[in-house]
Amino acid sequence: MYEGAVQNLIDELGRLPGVGPKSAQRLAFHLLAAETADVKRLVSALTEVKERVRFCAVCGNVSEENECRVCRDPKRDSAVICVVEESKDVVAIERMREFRGRYHVLGGAISPIEGVGPDDLRIKELMTRLSNDEVTELILATDPNLEGEATATYLARLVKPLGLKVTRLASGLPVGGDLEYADEVTLGRAFEGRRSLEF
Amino acid sequence: MRRGVRERRSGPQVRAHRRIRDNGGVSLYRDEGVVLRTQKLGEADRIVTLLTRRTGLVRAVGKGVRRTKSRFGARLEPFSHVDLQLHTGRTLDVITQAVTVRAYGESIVADYPRYTAATAMLETAEKIVAVEKDPVLRQFLLLIGALRTLGEDTHDPRLVLDAYLVRSLSVAGYAPALEECARCGARGEHRAFAVHTGGMVCTVCRPHGAASPAPESVRLMAALLRGDWRAADASEERHRNECSGLVAAYLQWHLENGIRSLRLVERS
Ligand SMILES: [Zn+2]
Ligand SMILES: [Zn+2]
Repeated sequence: MYEGAVQNLIDELGRLPGVGPKSAQRLAFHLLAAETADVKRLVSALTEVKERVRFCAVCGNVSEENECRVCRDPKRDSAVICVVEESKDVVAIERMREFRGRYHVLGGAISPIEGVGPDDLRIKELMTRLSNDEVTELILATDPNLEGEATATYLARLVKPLGLKVTRLASGLPVGGDLEYADEVTLGRAFEGRRSLEF
Repeated sequence: MRRGVRERRSGPQVRAHRRIRDNGGVSLYRDEGVVLRTQKLGEADRIVTLLTRRTGLVRAVGKGVRRTKSRFGARLEPFSHVDLQLHTGRTLDVITQAVTVRAYGESIVADYPRYTAATAMLETAEKIVAVEKDPVLRQFLLLIGALRTLGEDTHDPRLVLDAYLVRSLSVAGYAPALEECARCGARGEHRAFAVHTGGMVCTVCRPHGAASPAPESVRLMAALLRGDWRAADASEERHRNECSGLVAAYLQWHLENGIRSLRLVERS
């Protein structure tokens, strides 16, 4: 244990995802040794993100306005909605520069073991968007792992009565991974080869 | 586990403890197991919790498995039955090789009620076994059998789940008394069920607040415990519901932290 402020910082850093006690200590001492100006920049970046960034009222993506850049863009195709787990998946798909539709960010995947059920995700919001006749295709781009698949299964069953075309990214993406790690080529192929879900 | 100390872990399970390790100072061992749970670790790793045949509950690190290029990752998803090679670590073991024996995930995940039932099984397996690296062969076999049955889609997933729950409790030494009074042992079909006494109770022993389930619901639970699928499949929906309720209450009483995923189990 260190004295007051240092230990405080270590504890706070240690609460971040993927940061263990050792990494937290290393980060804390890095910050201690850093230039004051550098640390101040970090502090203002943190404050700013909490003050300015929120979630898009339509799709749930991170945004600095009430609606995100994609939802505000009139050139995007409103007939196609691509459902992803998190905002970072939107970034991964946008990087590919091929998808011209819109997004819906669920805020995670169904994970009963973590206590996350359908009601804990932005599924009701999705259903509201789908009740609008404009949408003709729903692309389920949840992560290619078990929870992502289960979430896709759940959504496909839920929207079935609406009679939309429902597709799932092609399995060029090996199961077990996170979508954000897919490179542009693999992701592009997965989009092109997306298959319709039949029930 | 808490309360009720009946025959905890039998002899054969303990004797089944046999590990291949410690060859030339390198603590490498091989085992097969079912992936119960995975948690993200750092950038691209995962902590994988497995129920293995010989070692019991194991928590190990799968390195780089979250990258979509990792061929390893697909094999270390929940419901996968894998043949593994592990390296004993100071806090967590490290998975050095994984080969799929059978991937139950694909058929399970294609059906939402099946998925939620299977998830509750995995969570229960981890919480019932609780202790790491203590061999529990019968629990392992029970889980494999239940996942296989679920994947075959021959019975209502909720029945498969309830059968697994009562049997796994019974292997752990907490079988509910169904054909005798849990308190005095009097044989017969009793009418009251009291979770904290250990099952059915006679009119004399009946504590305040005991439930009075339909005899058919109790018979269904007994059929599930015996593995009598003919009787179980013939049961009515309302008795299945009641039986599920009793099993869930009984399970939650015996497990300290409860089973979170039970809340999300869906009927087909
Ligand atoms: Zn938006
Ligand atoms: Zn009695």
